[in-house]
Amino acid sequence: MSPARSGHTTEGLDALLAAREMVIVAGSGGVGKTTVSAALAAAAAVHLGGRVLVITVDPARRLADALGVGALGNTPTQVDPELLAAASGRAPEGELWAAMLDTKAGWDELIARHAPDPELRDTVLANPLYQNLTSRFVHSHDYLAMEQLHELHGSGRYDLIVVDTPPSRNALALIDAPRRMREFFGSRLLKWLTTPYRSKVFSAASRPFTQIADRILGSHFVEDIAEFFTLFQTMEPTFVRHADEVEALLGDLRTAFVVVTTLETAPVHEAIHLSAELTRRTYPLAAIVTNRALPRSYMGRAAATSARRLGAEAADRSGAMITAVAGRIDAPVDQVASVLTETAERFGEIALLATREAERRSELAEFAPLLVAAPPLDHDVNDLSDLLELAQYLRGAPR
Amino acid sequence: MRDGARVLLCEMDAKGALSTALETGPLTFEAREVRSGLWAMAMNTEDALREYLRLFVRVPLLGRIGPLARTFDFLADAAPGVKEILAIGKICYEVKERNYDLVVVDTEATGHVVAQIGAPSVIREMIQMGLVRDQTQWMLDVLNDPQITAVAAVTTPEEMPVAETLELIEALRERTGVDVSTVVANRVLPAIFDRSRLEIFERLVDADDLLRDAAGPSASVVVEAVGRAEARRGVGSGHLERLRAGLPESIETIYAPELMTRATGRRVVALLADALAAELDRGVPS
Repeated sequence: MSPARSGHTTEGLDALLAAREMVIVAGSGGVGKTTVSAALAAAAAVHLGGRVLVITVDPARRLADALGVGALGNTPTQVDPELLAAASGRAPEGELWAAMLDTKAGWDELIARHAPDPELRDTVLANPLYQNLTSRFVHSHDYLAMEQLHELHGSGRYDLIVVDTPPSRNALALIDAPRRMREFFGSRLLKWLTTPYRSKVFSAASRPFTQIADRILGSHFVEDIAEFFTLFQTMEPTFVRHADEVEALLGDLRTAFVVVTTLETAPVHEAIHLSAELTRRTYPLAAIVTNRALPRSYMGRAAATSARRLGAEAADRSGAMITAVAGRIDAPVDQVASVLTETAERFGEIALLATREAERRSELAEFAPLLVAAPPLDHDVNDLSDLLELAQYLRGAPR
Repeated sequence: MRDGARVLLCEMDAKGALSTALETGPLTFEAREVRSGLWAMAMNTEDALREYLRLFVRVPLLGRIGPLARTFDFLADAAPGVKEILAIGKICYEVKERNYDLVVVDTEATGHVVAQIGAPSVIREMIQMGLVRDQTQWMLDVLNDPQITAVAAVTTPEEMPVAETLELIEALRERTGVDVSTVVANRVLPAIFDRSRLEIFERLVDADDLLRDAAGPSASVVVEAVGRAEARRGVGSGHLERLRAGLPESIETIYAPELMTRATGRRVVALLADALAAELDRGVPS
């Protein structure tokens, strides 16, 4: 067994949290991405120090609730240090901050930041197409998220930024956003869109396009688009430079990607796809977190034997064990027997699940240098102390 | 399908989960009869654009479409409503043409559904004239008629899925003309013990030493594992409680059990179909 493999069970994410500037957490919906992101950030702030920011790109309120901050927006909010201290039972080494991407407000800020002059800014903000693009459609989120990360990372205010991404395919759209933005600015389409409308109608080369576009979309819309992108184009240099910088940041050792999954069929399938795509893009996949993974002790032969013996003992209603247990807990023998029979049977199902999970875990091991398992907690993760409890498993710290 | 109806099943997010579940091999935009009476397809906006141009714009030369499709891909990235309307438009078209008795759509994740279903009305606001605008009306006619279109929200007894489902219902009502009519709570764990037995089970920790003596040291692991499963079920039923409390009365809830089986693919689909059929026959508890 290689050293990396044998490390699977003991190593955790502490080293990663201490060494990287940005940790990007990705995975399917519903596997606990937001929770894992928040847990990692909270643990880093408590144990490793520095100023830690967790930012969610997922428009859900969960994160704010768990961190005990009222509402999250584009401007990072600090989590009350007293709350953090109370939850961890010690004085935190660092600070914990949280932010959530608000697309509409974010775009407005972005335009204000990049527009060469106030007049242009106001024209863009008033363009009907701009309003629709930024507030209604999902992918505008991606461009903005990357801009936001660029801004936050570039500000130097944070030692570590943990990014909770949208569900997996969209996480890829997110990391592809800088490249697409750059391609878009360099495209013939943009040049065509930004050619003054009249000359377009009369130019022989573009007439077929224009006619089709007009028929499909209506000339008003095409004019709106043209106006919008003409304005947009003036911001090209900044956008393209940022896109390059964000891509460089994502691809080098300041950043680590962590894929989160549960050990069910569909999320594992997604995790493998995502890991393969990250690797194909030469982005540094540092670890896969298997969340809510059943403990290995459930699938051992010892447990199976004990379950079988419990079942056998339960079948003998006048047997010594049943009598003793019923006496100890002061319950009717019949009911104790049926509880134990049921327990033994249920354990069989759970052990089968655990075995399947182990198989999937070994499939995942092919894709990342580190696998970290967190068990199912028997309660929901609702606050900072729950997050820190989960983080113990993720950090791989002695417990 | 079992009742002899012609059914089209469409996967919107192209993840391939549908082809895995039905064991069909990769699905394409062109619907294929995968079992008697059941057609399946995977949405692809580029193909949807080609079909759209062919059917409605009557673009004469197919050769022209190549570069046009690429151009549109860029445009669709910049004004992504274009992709949403092509996808939802294709579905509405199949319904409008009555090519099938039933069209079942496996939608994208919650966050995207609203943008997709709402695309026709957004496009209507955004585009003042032209073919696309004219075409949004029949899409809205299909989508907004509760006799034709129903949205079933699928959830699991967990915190986030329940919260997202409640938000989805609200968002669809606010931003589209389509309401959720049914909620399917999937993967509901059956109770392991009745109330009196649960109390006894919980007291077993006091007899841990006796159990270990009789069944070996791992008896504790066995009891702990079942205890955790029971705790999870308890947490889940709390979330179902919250779901019920948050649902308007007009929405019915259907429960589908967690299938403790080693089966995968079509066998699971068949088992789940049986469970859903039984649940529908049973009727909705008041």
